[in-house]
Amino acid sequence: MQKISEELVQSEASLKQFLRTLPPVDQVGAESRTAYLATRSIKNSSKNFAIDLAIRMVDLTTLEGSDTPGKIRALCNKAVRPDPTDSTVPHVGAVCVYNDMVSIARAHLDSIGGHDVPVAAVSTAFPSGRASQEVKIRDTQDALDAGASEIDMVIDRGAFLSGRYGEVFEEIKLIKELCGEKAHLKVIFETGELVTYDNVRKASYLAMLAGADFIKTSTGKVAPAATAPVVLVMLEAVRDFYSMTGRRIGVKPAGGIRTTKDAIKQLVLVNETAGEEWLTPSLFRIGASALLNDLLMQRMKMRDGHYSSSNYVTLD
Amino acid sequence: MTRIDVLKTYKLFINGAFPRGESGRVYEVKDAQGKFLANPCQASRKDLREAVVAARTAQSGWVGATAYLRGQILYRASEMMQARKSEFVDALVAAEGKSKKAADDEVLAAIDTWVWYAGWSDKISTIAGSTNQVSGPYYNFTIPEAVGVVTIFADSKSTLLSLVSSIGAVISTGNTCVVIASEKSPLTAITLAEVLATSDLPAGVVNILTGKSAELVSWVGSHMDIDAVDVSGLSKKSEADVRLAGADNLKRVHRFTEIKSSQRILSFVENKTVWHPIGV
Amino acid sequence: MTKFEYAPAPESTTIVDIKSEYGLFINGKFVAAKGGKTFLTINPATEKTLAKISYASNSDVDKAVAAATDAFKKVWSKTSPSERGKYLYRIARILQERAREFAVLESMDNGKPIKETRDVDIPLAAAHFFYHAGWADKLDHAGLGLNAKPHGVVGQIIPWNFPLLMLSWKIAPALATGNTVVLKPAETTPLTALLFAEVCQQAGLPEGVVNIITGDGATGAYLVNHPGIAKIAFTGSTEVGKGIARAISGTSKALTLELGGKGANIVYDDAAIDEAVEGIVSGIFFNQGHVCCAGSRLLLQENVAEEVTEKLKKRMALIRVGDPLDKNTDLGAINSKAQLEKIQELSAAGDAEGAQRWSPECVLPGTGFWFKPTIFSGVTQAHRIAQEEIFGPVLSIITFRTPQEAIEKANNTPFGLSAGIWTDKGSKILWSAQRLKAGVIWANTFNKFDPASPFGGYKESGWGREGGRHGLSAYVKVAK
Repeated sequence: MQKISEELVQSEASLKQFLRTLPPVDQVGAESRTAYLATRSIKNSSKNFAIDLAIRMVDLTTLEGSDTPGKIRALCNKAVRPDPTDSTVPHVGAVCVYNDMVSIARAHLDSIGGHDVPVAAVSTAFPSGRASQEVKIRDTQDALDAGASEIDMVIDRGAFLSGRYGEVFEEIKLIKELCGEKAHLKVIFETGELVTYDNVRKASYLAMLAGADFIKTSTGKVAPAATAPVVLVMLEAVRDFYSMTGRRIGVKPAGGIRTTKDAIKQLVLVNETAGEEWLTPSLFRIGASALLNDLLMQRMKMRDGHYSSSNYVTLD
Repeated sequence: MTRIDVLKTYKLFINGAFPRGESGRVYEVKDAQGKFLANPCQASRKDLREAVVAARTAQSGWVGATAYLRGQILYRASEMMQARKSEFVDALVAAEGKSKKAADDEVLAAIDTWVWYAGWSDKISTIAGSTNQVSGPYYNFTIPEAVGVVTIFADSKSTLLSLVSSIGAVISTGNTCVVIASEKSPLTAITLAEVLATSDLPAGVVNILTGKSAELVSWVGSHMDIDAVDVSGLSKKSEADVRLAGADNLKRVHRFTEIKSSQRILSFVENKTVWHPIGV
Repeated sequence: MTKFEYAPAPESTTIVDIKSEYGLFINGKFVAAKGGKTFLTINPATEKTLAKISYASNSDVDKAVAAATDAFKKVWSKTSPSERGKYLYRIARILQERAREFAVLESMDNGKPIKETRDVDIPLAAAHFFYHAGWADKLDHAGLGLNAKPHGVVGQIIPWNFPLLMLSWKIAPALATGNTVVLKPAETTPLTALLFAEVCQQAGLPEGVVNIITGDGATGAYLVNHPGIAKIAFTGSTEVGKGIARAISGTSKALTLELGGKGANIVYDDAAIDEAVEGIVSGIFFNQGHVCCAGSRLLLQENVAEEVTEKLKKRMALIRVGDPLDKNTDLGAINSKAQLEKIQELSAAGDAEGAQRWSPECVLPGTGFWFKPTIFSGVTQAHRIAQEEIFGPVLSIITFRTPQEAIEKANNTPFGLSAGIWTDKGSKILWSAQRLKAGVIWANTFNKFDPASPFGGYKESGWGREGGRHGLSAYVKVAK
């Protein structure tokens, strides 16, 4: 498998040729599959299971120009203890911030008992990806030095859309080398800009061949973001890549997943596409911010038997 | 103790809402006995401009809906109209001096006419489209498509019936419209707007302006974002003006007299023909 | 490993009020059958009795035909086309209002999942009435020829696989074109037809325009041969259809037949593979495979056969078989013991003739009639399971090498109802469609129905079309 990958990516031409041979995605067919799976009715014990799993998979995120140390600390508190009145609520999957906030996040998490909550940093001139390679390398290195154990990089969509797949490939490979054993690498496609499902499939294989540990839908700054059919195509890619190579790559939808219902639909997609092996935070994450409180409110409703209110969940 | 009625304020219908005319002007409408009825808005060219923007914005969503959904929405409007039958009858009697019997007949005919057009939305391409047997290994089909944004100058005879006929025909295939109500009978038009506003019709699909149509004729004729015009409510002279100005963007201009007519529908579609080879 | 189990998600049955006993619906009212003979209808998922149904004797059928004849002569033929249309619109809207009730009842009586009745059967049934309502006063535009007139009284016999939907396919065009109706639902699935009678009452439909008579094959035969019936519409098995064609051969009765099929679902190597796998699954497992137009033969290009079969097996492992009223059930019960036995018999033939059977692991309920989703590989045209209609969740997989061979194999059957084509290449879709002898062809999709889309078969799958402009012509007589 290793040898085949190497030959495939020997040159941009051979990579392009391989990507061309991937089977096409039929839009209407893919959308009707996800519409069908969206009718799954997840109740009672399975709903409780799904809510707690979703909480553990949330990459609690703040990526605003107005982020301050205070804001970061509040986010970290929320990440470790999502509901201060209920200690049975698990902590989230990770905290996701800009690279200049990483050290604040890491230090604070460690000071409140959040040692096993990783800090993920967005990287490579997130969200646009429009900068020189030196800047992108520096961006990543700064985050790693500050204690990030996960790097969420963006691909160069301009290069992808103009057919320079080799450039996109090399950049991912480079960032992966920087990460080494220190951090896992998530590769963000910005599917809203790639537009077609065929492009999402191509980007998935390109990223996995280049060494991605996770493939991620979006930056959260562009709509549409993590639509169900896009996630379906990515889950099919990781499923088939596993058959081809024996390696399991993770998937992270980000953006537009605001309610418990949305999150549960994602878990159903995972369950019935890639399979239950992916139902773990080490292979599936959800990039979100407002989602966590909706999960908590639903969790409370399941626990108490009545509908809750925003008065009973904390701001992050 | 005598009780006085609450009088209705008649506003314009643009983008699903009922704003006042931007120029603040109104004009007086009296009933057949000369008694004061209402002060409907006098729409300006800016109101027209906003209405066209609303119609254009709504068009891609409306034509993108399934024909079945459009048909259901039109049918819903007939349900609403039937429920408000007495309101329409009163409006016709008051505004046009029609006898109660004549008004009743017209309202019932209007409801049935609307139902007639509701049933066309998913059938028009069956009768007006075709597959064409060209000489060669090609699959060739012609499909009628909504032309886009249509402006309707409402007829002043049988105001409700012709209004319903104009609008129903235009929107059943996915066009959106701006209606310039008959100057003489604006209140019927706004009552119809209230029916449409409660029929699940998406905002902007139908917009209704009241006022002096003469003031708006040249602005409609010259507007480069209007695709077609129904001039049934205009004089021959005004129609000629619209055709002359409309030539700048080749507006499709039509006049109608028949109430239930598939020609009303077919006049506002474009026929698209597609070729595709047949082979392995 | 985390297992994401789906807890039971049952649809409540409190919305339906099933009577213990039903009469016949004749002339706008429920009346007792003459002779008092009854039969039971059961829930095939539990084998519990749902209700006692009246058995229409010959004299009951006579009464129904007389009521329909009277209604035609005195009322319906004098009702304006627009008014006819408005009755149909009312029926459509009431069906939409009572959709959930119908969905639950259909699932209980037929055995199919609530997900299907809720999302497919009932919405489509309402849509058929809505669509045909619009044609009632536009027949002059429908290209039916000059002076098209209704036949008068039509006799309609429908199957058990889509009870309410088949009823709507029959009654909507019949009424739209001005006919009156005597309809016999299938013996194992009468309940939604009887509930539909209530809808006719709520819609104020004039008495006698629609009559529903319950019974069995003998009832149907008597209706077919009745001199008061001007036209028959039948959906059911090819064998019975041929019998009807013979029975009326000496009369001037009009006849449309919608019979069996052995649809070929062709998957070319350049298909969108994941979507094709979904299409294969929906082609044969939708509605438990009780579908005349099911894609029951998978014609798979040999160079992708292994890959596609592996993906198909993995996908089949996700099919949830069980309680039809559970909202997560994908595959419900087989409609009757008799049908289950047929499926078992033909599957045994498949084993005996050397095909390789495979089913995913699944736990079937203890009571009720069930069959696991099943595929047979290594099937060739010479196998019984490639030729005979199984009418169950059993797929026969046949390979081909070239497009020409695919077409030959697809057409190598006395049936001609449906076919599927999976490829990303437009010209190949059109080339294949041009050559396939099938009345309904789905490209890159399957089992899609719409009232605007004409449906019907070539060859022994029947004659005539239902739906669309073409479907109207069966219900009018024109000088030929």
